[in-house]
Amino acid sequence: MDWIENASAEWFPLPIRRLPALPIPPTAYDATRRQYQSVEIMKLLSEIAPKSASRILGVTDVDLAIPMLSFLFGQAQFDGPVAVVSLCRLHQEFYGLPEAEGLLRERTVKEVLHELGHTFGLVHCNDPSCAMSLATHIELVDAKAEQYCSRCGRHLVQRFSRKEGV
Amino acid sequence: MKKNWPILVVDDEDVMCESMAAWLREDGYRVDTAPNGQRALELARAADYAICFVDLKMPGGMDGIETMMEIHRIRPEASIIIITAYATVDTAIQAMKEGAQEYIVKPCNPQEISMLVSRILKLKKLQSENAILRKKLTRQYRHHDVITKNPRMEEILSLTQEVASLRSTVLIRGESGTGKELIARAVHFSGSRAEKPFIVVSCAALTETLLESELFGYEKGAFTGANGQAKGKFELANGGTIFLDEIGDISPKLQADLLRVLQERRFYRVGGNQEVEVDVRVIAATNKNLAEEVQQSRFREDLYYRLNVIEIRLPPLRERREDIPLLAEHFVQRISTELGKDVNGLSEEALRILIAYDWPGNVRELENVIERAIVTCHNGTLEEQDFAWLTRGEQKSDAWEVPDVPLGELERRAIVAALERKHGNVKEASTALGIDRSTLYDKLKRYEISH
Repeated sequence: MDWIENASAEWFPLPIRRLPALPIPPTAYDATRRQYQSVEIMKLLSEIAPKSASRILGVTDVDLAIPMLSFLFGQAQFDGPVAVVSLCRLHQEFYGLPEAEGLLRERTVKEVLHELGHTFGLVHCNDPSCAMSLATHIELVDAKAEQYCSRCGRHLVQRFSRKEGV
Repeated sequence: MKKNWPILVVDDEDVMCESMAAWLREDGYRVDTAPNGQRALELARAADYAICFVDLKMPGGMDGIETMMEIHRIRPEASIIIITAYATVDTAIQAMKEGAQEYIVKPCNPQEISMLVSRILKLKKLQSENAILRKKLTRQYRHHDVITKNPRMEEILSLTQEVASLRSTVLIRGESGTGKELIARAVHFSGSRAEKPFIVVSCAALTETLLESELFGYEKGAFTGANGQAKGKFELANGGTIFLDEIGDISPKLQADLLRVLQERRFYRVGGNQEVEVDVRVIAATNKNLAEEVQQSRFREDLYYRLNVIEIRLPPLRERREDIPLLAEHFVQRISTELGKDVNGLSEEALRILIAYDWPGNVRELENVIERAIVTCHNGTLEEQDFAWLTRGEQKSDAWEVPDVPLGELERRAIVAALERKHGNVKEASTALGIDRSTLYDKLKRYEISH
């Protein structure tokens, strides 16, 4: 969790607070798909978010999905307060490979920056090395850098300098 | 850009609608959702959706197929993607038959859906660009964009309107630069074929064999390098118009082939044995006097009569001098904007020069002359001196006539003339001709020129 905090602090000039872990709501579990509906998890996050928090990010190990899509690395409310990231498919083990902690850390940071970027109004970026590019499989996550491209980075700086929506 | 392509998601399950909408919004799309067919139609009436995701099974009221058909009625351009939880071939076939663009089974891979959406939108973008270009072209070639106040030209314009909706062949005659292609386009874009292709073929630019495969296409193996089947211009113009420029220059064999297409509306591709049928209107143009060509047996009489169903004769610019000021002003405005120069008009003296000049290259020459003047002009108005070179004998040198002889004969004559000018001095003659002395000696030998 420390790397997530550090990476977020680097890009978002806001105080960060860590909340205690929560059980996944049973309503989120889809027994047929053996996955968890991210919408339900995001609903819970929005309920427990402290009033003082401008954004709340959930980090989970369970496999996330929505009815239409077979899986998600994470999801966010576009320009809204809630985001969630799943580590399930970021583990090398998921692909039958030996675990690599460094790689997991990199992937997690990329996905956290991606989903938080959405909550601050960033849409998918065409630059495949930007954290905001759309990754529909793990190779595309690995192709990204652990940072935003200059255009997306500028959008965030402008947004924070105007204190808009923060 | 993506915001210009709104997307609608129709599903009775709120969680499905919202999660899908949220995912697409992350990609930058404007997304609306509807819990049932009724609401979907209300939304479709108000917004021009590029893509509608419609769930096949929606309890109570309209199902997915009905919703799709109704949306199509309101927005025929919208691409509809039917979503279903179960893959059943029958419903998939029905959905596609009723006009669904795609059919996807949920849950599907994020990559699949992301590629599907971008593929459809790429197509939409091309379609809309195409529509804009077509509109522009139609506007450009509407007859009242032909600038004239000459009674003969006005008669021609009204004739183009009368013949626009017919399929009859049109023969446009006129000197080069009089606007034959412009008139051909006016005929095409004013008629019922305006939405279909307008294909231009310049007959003089190609050799006989190239022109043949250009016009009629070819089959694989028809000649060396024919690696696959290719459609010819006649096939590409199907439903529309083919404009055969400089028709007077085609070979006797092609004249016969063309006659057959005009008579039977069918032809063989080069190397093919299957007939291809086409519905094409032919507009031909020439700067030659075809009737005379027929008399000299250089052009088939039967083809001439087939082509000459409706004849339009474009007058040269020197016979419609009253249009010169109008055209000149028009070109000044257009070209100065294009070149980003601040030139607003022409002085009276400048106009007088333009009106007096004979314009052997007609309107095209006028356009080029105005462009040259604008490029070199340093004032806001084109003055007499900007066109002074027109009156300095350039007209004559432009009109230099190349004698109708083989290239070798031209070279021989040039060498003889150079030797005469230099009084038989080979060294001086070779310098004047821009070749070295030994080359000149070789040529003297080859052309058997004594000196």
